[in-house]
Amino acid sequence: MSWIAIVALAAGTYALRFAGPALRSRITVSEAVKRYLTLAAVALLAALIGTAALLDGTEFVGVARPAGVAVGAVLAWRKLPFVVVVVAAAVTAALLRLAGIQ
Amino acid sequence: MVRDVGALCAAAVVVGLSFGAIATAAGLPLSQIVVMSAFVYAGGAQFLAVGLVSAGGTALAIILAGLLLNARHLPFGLAVGNETLGGSRWRRVVGSHILTDESVAFALAQDDPARRRRAYWLTGTALFVTWNISSTVGAIVGSTLGDPNRYGIDAAFPAALLALTLPSLKDKIAVRVAVTGAAVALVATPFLPAGLPVLLALLGLAFALPVPSSRTRTTAASGEES
Repeated sequence: MSWIAIVALAAGTYALRFAGPALRSRITVSEAVKRYLTLAAVALLAALIGTAALLDGTEFVGVARPAGVAVGAVLAWRKLPFVVVVVAAAVTAALLRLAGIQ
Repeated sequence: MVRDVGALCAAAVVVGLSFGAIATAAGLPLSQIVVMSAFVYAGGAQFLAVGLVSAGGTALAIILAGLLLNARHLPFGLAVGNETLGGSRWRRVVGSHILTDESVAFALAQDDPARRRRAYWLTGTALFVTWNISSTVGAIVGSTLGDPNRYGIDAAFPAALLALTLPSLKDKIAVRVAVTGAAVALVATPFLPAGLPVLLALLGLAFALPVPSSRTRTTAASGEES
């Protein structure tokens, strides 16, 4: 890979990360706007969760991963500890694959 | 909180090892792998870049695809805000770099500003150290653990983000915004380059806009006519 690509990607990514907090420090944000910004993050996280849980690239990922995430979701909803949620999701997907279910 | 972050780091180790091994297999020298993990520091964009290198992609394609995938960091940064990063200049400079999906999700899951700041810095720093060490080790010795999917790590990350996002779904509006966002991203993914579908999820925010009353609508319409 060319070094130019790495340097440009690093600089651009840092600029994207720096811009958000920097912009927020320059403007006075009302409570209503603050709520929109939080909801924007919630929408992005939901999109990341949805696509990561169901898709591999642009195709359906198979049963094992969504099943693992679903088990994690139920445990999280039942307010079980975070560690339990994460481990249960991983173990479910791993066991299903071990059983030959992709 | 430390135990929770530890669980996430354990999962990140397996992914980091795998990244190092895959990047080496794609022909990247150790120096580039180390610099990428330290300065780009974005798992998704790093895997994408290595994939494009293997497919013979140009430098420009790698830069544009990576930046598009990382564009979500801007709205994430707006949501987290400078209070979470901390007051001093170096805290903002360093704190911006450790902004990831996970550090944002951990911060937003907390109620008060002090806990929010602690969660952000703890997650951000721990994941940065974990990612850099594991990807370097993976590049040198290869991934002795093999494919992360074998251990269900691919299910662990979305489940972790889900657990961290659930507390934010306090009311109907938040639930609608989240469900619409996820649905839009899923529908758009087959048609758009990686990164864009997730950004389109912001359309879900329409559900949070104040509904204009019929009176303001009439005023706006007559205003346009004149």
